[in-house]
Amino acid sequence: MAKRKTTRMALTGNEAMAFAMKQINPDVVAAYPITPATQIVELFSKYVADGEVDTEFVPVESEHSAMSACVGASAAGARVMTGTASQGLALMHEILYIASALRLPITMCVVNRTLSAPINIHCDHSDTMGSRDAGWIQIYTENVQEAYASTIVGVRTAEKANLPVMVTTDGFVLSHGMESLDVFDDEDVREFLGQRKPLYNVLDVDNPITVGPLDLQDYFFEHKRGQIEAMFEAKKHIYDAHREFAEFFGVELPVFMEPYRLDDAEYAIVVLGSSAGTGKEVVDDLRDEKGMKVGLLRLRIFRPFPYEELQQVLGKVKYLAVMDRADSLNTMGGPVATEIARALYHFSERPIIHSFVYGLGGRDVPPENFYEVIEKMQWIAAGNTPDRMVTYVGVRE
Amino acid sequence: MAQKAKTLRDLARMKRALAPGHRACAGCPFPVIVKLVMSATDYPLVVANATGCMEVTTTIFPYTAWPVNWIHNAFENAAATISGVEAAYKALKRKGKIPADKEIKFVAFGGDGGTYDIGLQALSGALERGHNFLYILYNNEGYMNTGIQRSSATPKYASTTTSPAGKVIPGKLQWRKEITDIIIAHNPAYAAQASPAFWSDLIRKVQKALEADGPSFINVISPCQPGWNYPPDLSIDLTKLAVETKYWPLYEYKNGGWKVNYKPRKPLPVIEFLKPQRRYKHILNRPELIEEIQQEVEKRWERLLKLEEAFPLKE
Amino acid sequence: MPAPKERKWDELKGWKELAEISPGAIVPGVPTSPEYLTGDWRVERPIWDEDKCTHCLLCWVFCPEDAIMLNISEDGKVVKMIGIDYDYCKGCGICVRACPPKIHALEMAPEEV
Ligand SMILES: Cc1ncc(C[n+]2csc(CCOP(=O)(O)OP(=O)(O)O)c2C)c(N)n1
Ligand code: SF4
Ligand code: SF4
Ligand code: SF4
Ligand SMILES: [Mg+2]
Repeated sequence: MAKRKTTRMALTGNEAMAFAMKQINPDVVAAYPITPATQIVELFSKYVADGEVDTEFVPVESEHSAMSACVGASAAGARVMTGTASQGLALMHEILYIASALRLPITMCVVNRTLSAPINIHCDHSDTMGSRDAGWIQIYTENVQEAYASTIVGVRTAEKANLPVMVTTDGFVLSHGMESLDVFDDEDVREFLGQRKPLYNVLDVDNPITVGPLDLQDYFFEHKRGQIEAMFEAKKHIYDAHREFAEFFGVELPVFMEPYRLDDAEYAIVVLGSSAGTGKEVVDDLRDEKGMKVGLLRLRIFRPFPYEELQQVLGKVKYLAVMDRADSLNTMGGPVATEIARALYHFSERPIIHSFVYGLGGRDVPPENFYEVIEKMQWIAAGNTPDRMVTYVGVRE
Repeated sequence: MAQKAKTLRDLARMKRALAPGHRACAGCPFPVIVKLVMSATDYPLVVANATGCMEVTTTIFPYTAWPVNWIHNAFENAAATISGVEAAYKALKRKGKIPADKEIKFVAFGGDGGTYDIGLQALSGALERGHNFLYILYNNEGYMNTGIQRSSATPKYASTTTSPAGKVIPGKLQWRKEITDIIIAHNPAYAAQASPAFWSDLIRKVQKALEADGPSFINVISPCQPGWNYPPDLSIDLTKLAVETKYWPLYEYKNGGWKVNYKPRKPLPVIEFLKPQRRYKHILNRPELIEEIQQEVEKRWERLLKLEEAFPLKE
Repeated sequence: MPAPKERKWDELKGWKELAEISPGAIVPGVPTSPEYLTGDWRVERPIWDEDKCTHCLLCWVFCPEDAIMLNISEDGKVVKMIGIDYDYCKGCGICVRACPPKIHALEMAPEEV
């Protein structure tokens, strides 16, 4: 595991993702601006204008066309990337399903921002959670360093699994927050990624094919079953891609999740994205100052859902607080809580799970949110039963 | 240099018809349009197709009628999809992953719904960006695949399932918008209107479009047997009558100039085109409405002649 | 195009085989539609009179089904109509109207049942 050369830089999340895209030098980028992801598109356009990449940049007239052009380009064998957020992702929704069902390894940088209405440009996860069943692999990152590395490993993952990948950062918190990070050399990134080997190619005019036919009752289920199996197989590809990344660059990334002081934990918090940093500090305080057996699990990959891994690390926890930065509007709280409950359900010893929804529309996520969550779990541990399955943290009554 | 068909014999030698076994209605003429477009040259082609009758009837898995590479993405995004394919081609050529001398042409087919209505934005974007592709609108003047609903291509007084002729309202109340004018406003490399009955005019236009440097567009009339409601053997005759009545002028646009390719010496009254179609049966005994249609045909025709006179097409 | 002898898609395939040969639901080995015969859609059939035919190919160009069979000489110079492919002909009658009236080498007749 020889470590490759790295250079220290200070970049925002958007700059780091655009920089990774420059190093990747995709064949085609089709994208449309939207706050807080706009800079990714702007910076990449500048790389094109300066000749730092030889990408064909398609400045489309909407996100719907961005994803549509990505599908066309990826079906033509190209390495394809894009970026968006919120309303843009929602506008792509129809085509997200098509990209995955056609088995096209498009990599998309998504800057998490809430969905209208009311219109708001700040972070929560309702946009990507809204596309959770679209057949895309989803990687949520905690900091700028990880966003940068995940963009690179995301491309590798997509092309191994032949499935599209979203790599996300929390809007403004990461996208506009400056951090110092280590970046690799362009040549190393390009060598690591090599050439894409497509499953099929509409530019292969000597071997014509039909892509996207009408599939009726006699065949649709079989094709869908194949796509579902690809998501099962994606788990292995995700591990392989991350192992290869570690071997090549000498840098380890957490794969599906990052357990934090979970070993003997009685209480645990599950959280995604940048809030994990604050959560870890609270865990440290509760453990070191107050002697509580508390741990945290940052879920990094939400699709495919790592139920086996979760069973292993959370099986022994007694009280589990799942913090969602999105609400399913189903009166049960957030989607991560629902899915974790399903993953742990058939264990005879399983934690009591409560859903917490926090940080909507960019509401600050101070340490108090985490203390409040743990207090609520202690209250439950004391034998109380909450009248609802979900508690909202950080909102005025 | 690609071969270009001139005669029917040349077309046959290309062996690039839509294969038999597709499920379009008996007499549906869009397979003829596809054959003419694919056989006009021997360029390797990649086709994108919008959702609609053409896509649905020609690719029911596992039976596809397309002999060339073909991709369907969704209803409103054929132009964006072909933009992506074309962008990939450019990038891969630049990076040496496709040989420099390998020339491929890109064609999108969309229905009127996928072009005038839901796909107009994506098409406008692709035209403005200047991708090298030919967009063929097969225009059957309605959403036929979903059961004959109105589109903004449906002509005034035609009865459809969402503009039905009723006791009070005589079918659709709006004129169809002029999509070819809208396309021309984008100043494409080439734009034209064509009719399958005039096959040699059509293939010549396809050849010019494929040679043009930039986006091109051809609006081709394509009757729909159940939608227009006529005996199936009349499909091609109707595309001739549409031209002979000046309902569907054959013209082209290039370099800022117009050319009307065919001026019927003795134009037929528009009723000759309307009469065989039962979508108009409720107005056939209302001469004032027929006259209104005739006036609109004359108005649009005169406008075209004026454009041609003021801005003649220079090759 | 006469109906193909080798029929690859008669039997419904399972998802595992499809994942191999039809990833992303593509259709390989196109065109495959000739395996699907549409001749039984016909209620009337066109009858061709070879003796009257001038091989002008108007029926061929306007047939939506590619059901007008042609013989193309090796040098490509001679292209002759050689009949109608009833495996696919849907009996629309377009070819009959396309055949020049003075020649009248095609005629519709009721489909025998
Ligand atoms: C986003 C979306 N809206 C609606 C539909 C349903 N739909 C499919 S085809 C079609 C009409 C197609 O009309 P047109 O483009 O004129 O093609 P035609 O079928 O007439 O050849 C409609 C409404 C769809 N597939 N996708
Ligand atoms: S419904 Fe109309 S457009 Fe569709 S296949 Fe039939 S004739 Fe053609
Ligand atoms: S009747 Fe129609 S389908 Fe049959 S050969 Fe004639 S044109 Fe073709
Ligand atoms: S149109 Fe008539 S004359 Fe011409 S090839 Fe066909 S059958 Fe023969
Ligand atoms: Mg239509």
